[in-house]
Amino acid sequence: MIKRETNRRHLIALAGAALVALSAPAFAQDKSIVVSSTTSTQDSGLFGHILPLFKAKTGIDVKVVSQGTGQALDTGRRGDADVVFVHAKSAELKFLSEGFGVKRYPVMYNDFVLIGPKGDPAGIGGTKDIVAALKAIKDKGAPFISRGDRSGTHVAELDLWKAAGIDIAKDKGPWYKEIGQGMGAALNTASASNAYVLSDRGTWLSFKNRADLVISVEGDNRLFNQYGVMLVNPEKHPHVKKEYGQAFIDWLISPEGQKAIAEYKIGGQQLFFPNASAPGA
Amino acid sequence: MTMRAPDSDLPIVLEDVRYGVRDLIIIDGMSLMLTPGAPTVLIGPNGSGKTTLLRLMMGLIEPTSGRVTWGGRTHVPPARRAIVFQRPVMLRRSVAANIHYALAAAGIGRHQHAERARDLLEQAGLSALAERPARRLSGGEQQRLALARGLARDPQVLFLDEPTASLDPAATKAIEDVVRAVSARGIKVVMSTHDLGEARRLAGDIVFIHRGRVIESAPAAEFFAHPKTDDARRFVAGELLV
Amino acid sequence: MQEKLMHADTSALDLVLSADPALMEIVRLSLLVSLGAVVAAAVIGFPLGAVIALTRYPGREASIVVLNALMGLPPVVVGLAVYLLLSRSGPLGTWGLLFTPAAMVIAQTILVTPIIAALARQTIEDLWTEYREELAAMNVGPIGRVATLLWDARFSLLTALLAGFGRAAAEVGAVIIVGGNIDGFTRTMTTAIALETSKGDLPLAIGLGMVLIAIVIIVNALAWGVRRAGERLAG
Repeated sequence: MIKRETNRRHLIALAGAALVALSAPAFAQDKSIVVSSTTSTQDSGLFGHILPLFKAKTGIDVKVVSQGTGQALDTGRRGDADVVFVHAKSAELKFLSEGFGVKRYPVMYNDFVLIGPKGDPAGIGGTKDIVAALKAIKDKGAPFISRGDRSGTHVAELDLWKAAGIDIAKDKGPWYKEIGQGMGAALNTASASNAYVLSDRGTWLSFKNRADLVISVEGDNRLFNQYGVMLVNPEKHPHVKKEYGQAFIDWLISPEGQKAIAEYKIGGQQLFFPNASAPGA
Repeated sequence: MTMRAPDSDLPIVLEDVRYGVRDLIIIDGMSLMLTPGAPTVLIGPNGSGKTTLLRLMMGLIEPTSGRVTWGGRTHVPPARRAIVFQRPVMLRRSVAANIHYALAAAGIGRHQHAERARDLLEQAGLSALAERPARRLSGGEQQRLALARGLARDPQVLFLDEPTASLDPAATKAIEDVVRAVSARGIKVVMSTHDLGEARRLAGDIVFIHRGRVIESAPAAEFFAHPKTDDARRFVAGELLV
Repeated sequence: MQEKLMHADTSALDLVLSADPALMEIVRLSLLVSLGAVVAAAVIGFPLGAVIALTRYPGREASIVVLNALMGLPPVVVGLAVYLLLSRSGPLGTWGLLFTPAAMVIAQTILVTPIIAALARQTIEDLWTEYREELAAMNVGPIGRVATLLWDARFSLLTALLAGFGRAAAEVGAVIIVGGNIDGFTRTMTTAIALETSKGDLPLAIGLGMVLIAIVIIVNALAWGVRRAGERLAG
């Protein structure tokens, strides 16, 4: 019996040690920051390309938590990230005005593309006019997959319906499906059900399960997608690692960081276009 | 001025003890005194209350009415008593580990365990089986291990509930030999059996019970030679009592 | 792996055969988190199951029903609750545990504890029926009884541990919320599979799934071997 109790004590000690070992990186003032970002930057592989360069230069580990833009901003609001890196300018400005961000820096843009089945049931192939295309989809009742997750892409999609004069909340029919998931899941769903879907170009290019999907509409100015980066306000959340976070931001908008972004290509195609110095971006 | 003897569990005294579960009366007003000395053997037909009586005397159950005292005290934890059940439960460990467990449970210091365990295994004739899983032993071997486990706490009283039921003669003899040796060391043995031959071989005193009552209580020689009651006469003669 | 997983020609098999360091790291973290949660859940769940099995109190039956029902706790809900608890704006925010492996262990411990406690309760109660008089006769106190039952039920309890491990290793909903699926830090087998699925690389996702299943089978095989060896010794 004595032996058995010793065993138990060992077990408890072991569990304690394991927990301490696992949490050690959190307690130690390690050289790392948490960046809450969007699924598009993660799924497209951009971070996999630029973060090693940043780490080599500064020694700072960047831990990326990728969520929809709305959720990513909320993570910043709660103080669970040091930096937010998202793409929904109006939501970012709101974040700033609430005092959760220090300053917004434009970083880069990519564009959205309307993806659809090769068979083109809405008959929109070849047009550059995204608004006309959406009208056609609605008129024909062609299947359309919406992210429905308050992400930057979802917000952009809603803005486009509005621009087309369609009140999607009221006018949607069985052809319009909100799946409430990330970009990849939306593309998988579209691929499985031969539907149209709005995607950022980066995720589309790195997406592998395309089946019959192709780009239906691209190149419209209204498909422009601006990314901004902000340090979470240390006055709201004192634990924010402002020096490391600011170092990451400074690097992203530096010539070196901008060059790294421009150099990221999939199949020879550039995904993101740096524009840190563009006025009003 | 009185001499203070060290606390002893003997004599065990039952005063008008009744025990029942709901409407079923199992022990129906028993008064009995067990004193140090030769083995006391409880005999009686199946269902007469032998097992329940042993459990009451062991202190595993409380009487519904009446009282049980050990050395004049009530509610004495079974530190100096041990019991071997009719179907003893083997802990899921080796034979030796079963003994070590009993030694630890009896509060015996660890430094004595090895030596005591060796002695107990020797007494029970289990030395060669020490490392075997206890649950793989034969019925007789399990009874002997249970006996050794009971003896680990160096009891004053050892209760045995039909220890040789369903054992073959060789296994029965092995158990009876241990019981005789134990009794010779001054440990009070109280055992039940419905084997009259065994009762004749081992008993110093006989308590004959039937339907939850003590019918007759007497020294063994006297009981078998001159049963006083009709029921006892018939039982000794091998008739069926129902 | 981030790099490698980008290339269509990289299969899960290649990653395994080449002992890809990123894959090994993910496997290591998966095992560490799941086993850590199982150990923590055992430390809590075994005594809890034993106490419920061995004590009688008002509302005991209801608590058994609740405990059994908690085996089906939705991981996402647990993940969300732990997230809110550990968030910097939550009550335990100062611990700074969100998006760390420790947070994942905590969430999975909550998921696994009811499984281990409920199965332990059943096992111990059954064994108690068998042992109760013998232990009472040996004058074994309450703590000794619990210890004895836990030890003697150890081979059945191993099954409870394996059930808990299976739940933890297969679970994605809670760990992705509280861990954040951070590359090289909180990415486990299951969150990597979720990520590859969202990237549309279904063959790689399936391949990683096979690796995960293989790991679970290996762990179970080891446990089975331990059990068989132990039973030969202790019956």
